[in-house]
Amino acid sequence: MANHTLAEAIQIPYLEEKGLISWITSTDHKRISILYLLSISTFFVVGGIAALLVRLELLTPGKTIVDAHTYNTLFTFHGTVMVFLFIVPGIAASFGNFLIPLMIGARDVAFPRLNLLSWYLYIAGAIIIVASLLQPADTGWTFYTPYSIRTGTDVILLTFGIFVAGFSSILTGLNFIVTIQKLRAPGMTWHRLPLFIWASYATAILQVLATPVIGISLLLLIAERVFGIGFFDPAKGGDPVLFQHFFWFYSHPAVYIMILPAMGIISEVIPVFSRKPIFGYKAMAYSLLAIAFISFLVWAHHMFTNGISQLAAMIFSFLTFLVAIPTAIKVFNWTATMYRGSIDLKSPMLYALSFIFLFAIGGLTGVFLAALAVDVHIHDTYFVVAHMHYVMIGGTVMGFLAALHFWYPKMTGKMFNEKVAKVAWAFIFIGFNVTFFPQFILGTEGMPRRYYDYLPKYQPLHELSTIGSWILAIGLFLMAINLIRGLLNGEKAPENPYGSLSLEWQVPSPPPHENFEEIPTVTDWTYGYGKKQ
Amino acid sequence: MNLLPEAASGFAGKVDNIFWFVTVISLVFFILVSSFLIYFAIRYRRRRENEETPYITGSHILEALWTVIPSILLIVIFAYGFLAFREIRTPPSNTLEINVTGRQWLWQFKYNNGKTTVNELYVPEGKPIRLIMKSEDVNHGFYVPAFRVKQDLMASMYTQLWFKATKVGTYDLFCTQYCGTGHSAMLGKIIVMAPQEYEKWEKGEQKEKVAGVSPAEQGKQLYTQRGCNACHSIDGARIVGPTWKGLWGKEEVMQDGQKVTVDENYVRESILEPQAKIVNGYPPVMPSFKGVVSDEDISAIIAYMKTLK
Repeated sequence: MANHTLAEAIQIPYLEEKGLISWITSTDHKRISILYLLSISTFFVVGGIAALLVRLELLTPGKTIVDAHTYNTLFTFHGTVMVFLFIVPGIAASFGNFLIPLMIGARDVAFPRLNLLSWYLYIAGAIIIVASLLQPADTGWTFYTPYSIRTGTDVILLTFGIFVAGFSSILTGLNFIVTIQKLRAPGMTWHRLPLFIWASYATAILQVLATPVIGISLLLLIAERVFGIGFFDPAKGGDPVLFQHFFWFYSHPAVYIMILPAMGIISEVIPVFSRKPIFGYKAMAYSLLAIAFISFLVWAHHMFTNGISQLAAMIFSFLTFLVAIPTAIKVFNWTATMYRGSIDLKSPMLYALSFIFLFAIGGLTGVFLAALAVDVHIHDTYFVVAHMHYVMIGGTVMGFLAALHFWYPKMTGKMFNEKVAKVAWAFIFIGFNVTFFPQFILGTEGMPRRYYDYLPKYQPLHELSTIGSWILAIGLFLMAINLIRGLLNGEKAPENPYGSLSLEWQVPSPPPHENFEEIPTVTDWTYGYGKKQ
Repeated sequence: MNLLPEAASGFAGKVDNIFWFVTVISLVFFILVSSFLIYFAIRYRRRRENEETPYITGSHILEALWTVIPSILLIVIFAYGFLAFREIRTPPSNTLEINVTGRQWLWQFKYNNGKTTVNELYVPEGKPIRLIMKSEDVNHGFYVPAFRVKQDLMASMYTQLWFKATKVGTYDLFCTQYCGTGHSAMLGKIIVMAPQEYEKWEKGEQKEKVAGVSPAEQGKQLYTQRGCNACHSIDGARIVGPTWKGLWGKEEVMQDGQKVTVDENYVRESILEPQAKIVNGYPPVMPSFKGVVSDEDISAIIAYMKTLK
C-alpha cells in the first residue's frame, strides 16, 4: 500500500489493491488475515485429501490402495499438516487478525510488520514441511522416540518445518497480547470486550508460553538424529518417556490453542442470532482463562499407559477432570443464551449450534479418557481418534465455518446463497457424524489406532466410517463452491445484515484501511441486545 | 456388535461398570443440553423481524448450580476410575511370572520352565499372571481388549502388567504403540487354559498342533503364528522382506554381490542367523528366531514355502 494520509486511506476498501506483490507485502491486518485464510484453507484441503486416502485404505482389511509404509506416511502427513498448518494457526491467524483490531476499536494490530513476518514464517515452515514429502516421515505427528530417531524417512525436514512455523504462532500471540492490552478504544474496558477478544487473549498466552517447548523438543530430536547424542534413545541410555513429556507439554496446551478461539466465535454468533446478551459474561470470560491455565497442568494424561508412575497418573487424571468444569459451564451458558430469544437459524447459527452439540460429545468422551481405569482400555484405540476429531472438527472446524459464514459479508462485501449454505451444512453435519461416531465403538471394541490393517470383525464399522468421509467431503466441497460463487456474483452486502452490536459491524463491508474514520468511544458492552435504552 | 469385548479378566467387570456409569451420566447431560438447544430453537424462533427480547444477562443461582453439580459428578468419576486403576496396576504377591519381549514386529514369551513361544501367550485360568515386559527396539504396547489391560514396552526399562484370566478361551493381543511398518501386523493371541491342561502344556505334554497335519499345512500355520507374515507376504507384495511367493528355488543376489539359491539350508540360515546374508535391496532388520523356532518348525515352513509358486 502506497503511503496515504488517514483521510485517503479511510476511503480505500482493504480489498482494493490488486496484484500479488501488493498482497504479500501488505501490513494491513485485514489483508494478512485473508492471506492466512487462503493458506490455511489450502492446507486443510491437502490434509483432507490425505485423510480421504487413509479412510479409503481402511475400507477393507489388507491392502486396499497402498502398502503399509505408504499408509503410515499418509497418516503422519495428515496429522502434521492438519495440526501445524491448519488448526493451530486456524481461527486465530485468520479471523483473529481480521477481527481483533476492529472489535476493540483500533486501526491495526500493535506490530503490523511483525504480523506480516508471522505469515512469512508460516509459509516458510509450510514449504519445508511439503519438501519433506520427498522422503515422507512415517512416525505419526507425535514423533515418539526411538522410532523417530531410527526411521530412515525424512524426520528432520518435517520437524524443522514445524519449528519454523512455530515462530509464526509465537509472534502472532505476542502481537495479539500487546494489541489487546494497549490498543483498546476509549471506554473499551476489559469487561466490555467481546468474548472473542478474551478468547484470543487466552489463546495468545498459550501460543507464547507453550510453543517454544515444542520448538526445543523438535530441535533436540533433530540433534539426536544428526549427532547421535542420546537424550531420548534407550540404546544410548536415553529416555523415550522424556521425549513424550516434552512433546505433550506443548501439545496439550496446543489443543486449547485450537479450541479457545472457536469458543470465542460461538460466544459472538449465538447472541447475534438470538438477539440476547451472552448468558453469564463474567463466567464465560474467566472460564476461558481458567481453561488456559489448567491446560498447562494436564499433559501426561496422554501417557497413562506409557510408563509413568501411579502417583503421576492420579495427579494428571485429577487435573484433567478439573479442566472439564469451566468447559461444561460454557456449554450451559451458550444454551441459556437462547432462552426467550429471537432465534434465526441462518447458516452461521446452524454451525454454532452444531458446535455445541458436537463439542459436548467430544468433551464428554474426554471424561471417559480421563478416568484412569477406563483409559487403560481405550487409550491408543479408535476411541481417542473419535474423541479428538469430535473436538477438532465438531468443535474448532464448526467454529471456523460459523465464523466464515458470519463475517463473510463483512470481509468480502458480498452475500452468499443461504439455501445452498444450509444444504452444505447438512451434508457436513451428517457426514461428520457418520465418519466419526462409529469410531467410538471401534475403539471400545479394541481396535487400535494407526493400524494399516485390521481384523475382519472390525470391517463393517470401518466401511461406514469411510462412507461418512465421502459425505463429509461432498459437504465441504459444496460449501466452498457456494462461498466462491458468492465472491464472484453474490449480492452486495449491507453494512450489518445480521443486526450485530459489535464494532466491526459499524464500519463498511468490506472495511477500509485504518478501519475507523474516527476511533469510537465505547459506552457499553457488545451484548446490549434487548436492552431498554 | 457389542460396545465392549467379552469380559475375560478379574477386573474387566469393574472397568466396564465405570464405563457404563460414565456413559449414563454423559447421556443424561448430552440429552439435557441437546433437548434445550432444540426446544429453544423451535419455541423461540424468530416470528417477526423486530420482536422484543428480554435483557437477561445471567443468573448466579444457575451458574452455581451448573458448576457444583458437574464438579461433584466429575470428582466421583475420578475417584471411581482411580481406585480401579490402582487395582489394575498393583499385582498381588502370588503371581505367575512370564517374561515378554516386544520387537519389531512380534511378541516373544519366556516361561519359568524355559519354554519360549512367539505371538501366543499361554496362561492358566484363575491364577494371577504378571508379565515382565521389555522392548528390544522401539516402543510397543501390549493390549488385550478382553482383559481391559494395556501397558507400553520400552527398551529403557522393564514395565509390568498383571491380570487374572477368568474364562478359558483365546483372546486377541494387539500392539498399541505405533512401532513402524509392521505395527498392525504385530498381533498375538492369549490362550487361556484350564489349570490341568496348563500343567500338561508346561510339562511339554501338550502338542500345539494336532498330529496328522501335513508339514506344509503346519508351515502355513507357523507363517502367521511365528510372525513371519509381518514382513514377508505370500502374494508378491513387498512388505519389509522378500515375498515368499515364487521364492523357493529362486536365485537371489546378496548385498555383497554373492548369488545364492533359495534352498533348505539358505532358509534355515536366514531364520537362525538372518544377518549372515542380506538380499540386495532389502534392509538388514530381520530378527533371529534361534530358540524360538524348532527344527521341526523350520522343516514345516520350508514345506509351506515350496507350495507358494
